[in-house]
Amino acid sequence: MTDTTSDPARRFPSFLRRADPAVLTAFVCIALLLVFGSLYSTSFLSPEYLLQQLKVASFLGVIATGMMIVILLGQIDLSVPWVVSAGAMMACAAAAYGTAGVALAIPFGVLCGVAIGLVNGIGVAYLRIPSMIITLATNAVAQGLMVVYTGGFSPQDSAPEAMRWLATGFLLPGVPNAVLIWAIVGAAAVFLLTRTTFGRSVYAIGNRERAAYLSGIDTRRVVLIAFAISGGLSAFGGVLLAGYASKAAQSMGDAYLLPAIAAVVLGGTSILGGRGSYLGTVAGVILITLLQSILSVMQMPEAGRQVIYGVVIVAMLLLYGRAPASR
Amino acid sequence: MSDWRYRLAEHHGTLLAIGIFVVMFAVYTSNHPAGLTANVVQTAANKGVLLAFVAMAQALVVITAGIDLSVGMTFVLTNCLASWLVVGSPLETTFGVVVVLAVGLLCGAVNGAIVIYGRLQPIVATIATGAIYFGIALMLRPFPGGGVNEDLADALTGRLFGFVPASLVTLGAVVLLVWVPFSRSVYGRAAYAAGSSEVAAYMSGVPIRRAKFMAYSLSGLLAAVGGLFLTFFTYTGEAAYASGNAYTLFSIAAVVLGGVSLFGGKGSVIGAIFGALAFRTIGDLLFVFDFDPLWQPLFQGVVLLVAVSLGAFALFRVRNRLDWFA
Repeated sequence: MTDTTSDPARRFPSFLRRADPAVLTAFVCIALLLVFGSLYSTSFLSPEYLLQQLKVASFLGVIATGMMIVILLGQIDLSVPWVVSAGAMMACAAAAYGTAGVALAIPFGVLCGVAIGLVNGIGVAYLRIPSMIITLATNAVAQGLMVVYTGGFSPQDSAPEAMRWLATGFLLPGVPNAVLIWAIVGAAAVFLLTRTTFGRSVYAIGNRERAAYLSGIDTRRVVLIAFAISGGLSAFGGVLLAGYASKAAQSMGDAYLLPAIAAVVLGGTSILGGRGSYLGTVAGVILITLLQSILSVMQMPEAGRQVIYGVVIVAMLLLYGRAPASR
Repeated sequence: MSDWRYRLAEHHGTLLAIGIFVVMFAVYTSNHPAGLTANVVQTAANKGVLLAFVAMAQALVVITAGIDLSVGMTFVLTNCLASWLVVGSPLETTFGVVVVLAVGLLCGAVNGAIVIYGRLQPIVATIATGAIYFGIALMLRPFPGGGVNEDLADALTGRLFGFVPASLVTLGAVVLLVWVPFSRSVYGRAAYAAGSSEVAAYMSGVPIRRAKFMAYSLSGLLAAVGGLFLTFFTYTGEAAYASGNAYTLFSIAAVVLGGVSLFGGKGSVIGAIFGALAFRTIGDLLFVFDFDPLWQPLFQGVVLLVAVSLGAFALFRVRNRLDWFA
């Protein structure tokens, strides 16, 4: 009992570990990016700019929340691109059907995401298909469905007023609604992960599913629900994006898969599952958004951005994402 | 006891893939208005070999129980590079081909180094390296363009002796030069052993790290051969994100159809080739039966979903529920 606790922090779940090095590093990187940016342009530290960044970050934040829950299980959700697009397109499509359609547009879009998430969950939990394979397959099916539905072009339906308000309006003066929504989703995620049986089961399964199963957790149901949540949140992110751009587009989700995984991983969540805090994901999302913003302010072309992304992710993973050395 | 049963069991997936392909191709040619002519075979072969090369690349990594989600991007990158280098005099062209293949090998080696010596999860690591490769491809070709030595391109996409598609001959040559020596070497056996049970392989003193590293590197090389062939078909280089993603996805589908287990240690590159050819024939079948091309992505997605779900039948053989979580 005395010598085994050479690293006492390890005994606690990571949300209690106030000084998680990964989360600290992420915040230090954010501070460095802000300092670097302010050297480049003085408007970088203005409240308007920062609030704008937070608003842009909130779309990624909602999507990354779902991704984080799945990654905590030790799984991954690669169906994000077309679930985002499907959520956006279906919500816009529903809005074309009269007042009832407008009222149900947002829930319908999210439900489509939940449905795809359920297919993922059944595949992973009950059929025991590796998550990256089944989610790639459902991504392809979702893409196929959307191509058939739209006829290969961007849909003409525009986003209803409610969706635009959700993404761009101001309920509280000065705070964009999108940021408010991310705060609510985030608070719900923190509550779910730290204060409920479901959340504790997620961490347990991520550490060792066999042990979780033997201790009486219905691990398959937990995995199923986690994938459904991830699908729903991805689609909700798509709904917000469609509201922001006031219409849905074919490949709007493509730009969110890698950043979502990167945000979660940069925030210190172990890609092997079982460890990670939501605070880290928040830091990761802000870090990614700031990085994107600075690269675009510097007029870095898309090619350079892709390379920098990849390098940053590999570098950060090599810092804390490595598997144990002994086999 | 004769050993044919064991050999049959070992190659069961590969034989099944060959069977599926033969049946599908027979249905296709018997419904094709032109029937089984050299032209039809050549077109089918040229469409099929691209995916076949990428699927071979994927299969090498999957056999070691890994996965390479950057294979499509390596394919796109080498396509863009070839559109710059594989031009001019025969000497320049040869140099260009060598450089393109070397870059492919390097891409694979980088993946291997990160996954094996960096001890990262192959999924995330190869998504990230895929982004890097795509970024470089985009730098090389911000807009589609470039060219290729058309004599070489026509020779490799045409026909030998009037009826044998040259692309199939090249495919066969690559199998003989890359896959056969690798699978018969110590490293090839070690790659299977590592995929089958890494702990047991390690305990038996098998060189698993070097074997896996070689599998990843050769995978990059094969993807580069695919990229070269793409340039030979299109005469241009294009950094197409959607196409890179699609090839990655289809390579996984082809590998699964080809009887290579995603859990590693089972199947062969030959199976993956026939899986790829069968997957391509699905698209052709839709064409001869007059389906709306809009339905093609959905149909391919459903085939992929069904193919990966078939692996779930192994669950019925599980006696102990704890084996679910292996």
